[in-house]
Amino acid sequence: MNLSVVIELTILALAIFLGFEVISKVPAMLHTPLMSGTNFIHGIVIVGAIIVLGEANDTFLQVIGFVAMMLATANVVGGWFVTDRMLEMFKKRPEPKRESAPK
Amino acid sequence: MIALIARDSNLIGLLYLVTIICFILALRFLSSPKHARRGNWIGGVGMIIAITSTLLLDGIGNWVLIIVAAAIGAGVGFFGARTVKMTAMPQMVALFNGVGGGAAALVALAEFHIATAGLPTTASVSTVLSALIGSISFAGSMIAFAKLQELLSGRPITFPAQNLFNIAVLAATVALGISLVAGVHDQWVLWLLVVLALLFGVLFVLPIGGADMPVVISLLNAFTGLAASATGFVLSNTVLIVAGMLVGASGTMLTLLMAKAMNRSVTNVLFGAFGQVQAGAGTGMLADDGRTVRATTPEDVAVQLSFASKVVIVPGYGMAVAQAQHDVRQLAELLEEKGVDVKYAIHPVAGRMPGHMNVLLAEANVPYDALKEMDEINPEFPQTDVALVIGANDVTNPAARHDTASPIYGMPILDVDKAASVIVMKRSMNPGFAGIDNELYLEPQTTMLFGDAKDSVVKLIAAVKQT
Repeated sequence: MNLSVVIELTILALAIFLGFEVISKVPAMLHTPLMSGTNFIHGIVIVGAIIVLGEANDTFLQVIGFVAMMLATANVVGGWFVTDRMLEMFKKRPEPKRESAPK
Repeated sequence: MIALIARDSNLIGLLYLVTIICFILALRFLSSPKHARRGNWIGGVGMIIAITSTLLLDGIGNWVLIIVAAAIGAGVGFFGARTVKMTAMPQMVALFNGVGGGAAALVALAEFHIATAGLPTTASVSTVLSALIGSISFAGSMIAFAKLQELLSGRPITFPAQNLFNIAVLAATVALGISLVAGVHDQWVLWLLVVLALLFGVLFVLPIGGADMPVVISLLNAFTGLAASATGFVLSNTVLIVAGMLVGASGTMLTLLMAKAMNRSVTNVLFGAFGQVQAGAGTGMLADDGRTVRATTPEDVAVQLSFASKVVIVPGYGMAVAQAQHDVRQLAELLEEKGVDVKYAIHPVAGRMPGHMNVLLAEANVPYDALKEMDEINPEFPQTDVALVIGANDVTNPAARHDTASPIYGMPILDVDKAASVIVMKRSMNPGFAGIDNELYLEPQTTMLFGDAKDSVVKLIAAVKQT
């Protein structure tokens, strides 16, 4: 991709506004899954790690790329599974229980 | 080499666009617990598209290294995600912030190494930012992890002239960054910058106390996102720019929300070394005006709870530490069977990260519609018979409403003291993490049930069964 800096900055500015817009709709109840979900999303640095390690042509780059790749994969995989595990737990009150709590 | 996709093709840009849309949808679906899990799956698909298409780019080699590194990372990540206890979620999030920031900083270091001559200004600015923010985030997150995991003391760690020293370290780091942007192309300068940024990361989290962790974790989350976004500028990569910035926006928003929930500015949290003010003045209030703390027994509490018509449970970090969430749910169900209306009052900064209590109670199968946010539950306290405070402290302190001298003055609190009777479950009379006495404990309607939260709740369950 060959983008001019101006286009990149334009994308960045739009992403900032979009980010605030979308995040402001997340209820406080889901703030922990939001944090772990965004943890997962910043795991996208894995793309950078793949490019560095995939093109590494000296030992220095191979070492740096290898560590970056390891960290980023742990970030992606761990972030996703933790979020999934958490979201699975959020359940609504089952119907019969409402009856047993007359008020 | 597989090399199916040309580096400059529109195809790769379009594939990354699909990933961006998936990520936005993932966040959008988080607006309701009903669809949130589906959103996470969509995000996962987006990530797989980005990873696969990057692997197919021309010029990608070193397959053995890639596979080994990915296998180790995936194994550790999967194992960690599967085994971590819900009570340890703040540490886990801190850790993931750290590894993400670390990876971003390493990519920046590598790109700087590849560029043999001076980089164009944009590339050098973003390389410096990515290395700087990524390193701060990495080191800061590791300290936050150590504090939350109690490898380090959760109390603020301070030393003389701390703020001055921290500012000096940051200034030196920024100066190195400017020299790099100005055209100095020496790897050692960048390495030195990384070392100083790591040092700053350690220094800036050290003085922050446990109760302020929700702010710091959110801030580190934002930093990692910004570092990823800066890496996107280094690599001219749209998906990194946008995804990183989405995380940056989310982290920033949470930071501001958490600071607001404590009625403090972010700078005050970062540089205020909260808890210093009254540390040591722990128990002075008991003799204050002749009022004393009254202790009670599980049996008495059980009677009070069983004959109440409305009970509000106020969970705090103490419940998380004691892992009492399952027993709390059991107690609540028992009371509901007796016809008691039971609700949970959740303060935005209860626990050690945003939403901490919600996750714990969700794990214990408490339906999420029983959990009430502060603004929703506060008007209900005057009609509440018993407020049961389980391991929460500062978020219930009425001093926040009227005592202008209190460090927590102005912080929105749960109006627990307005309930007809208040039962506080607490390990001892030690002040909370903010190091402040809680005058709620001296109120005439308050009684204390001392002991580990889990033990006490188990005893309560047994006692309620007999009433």
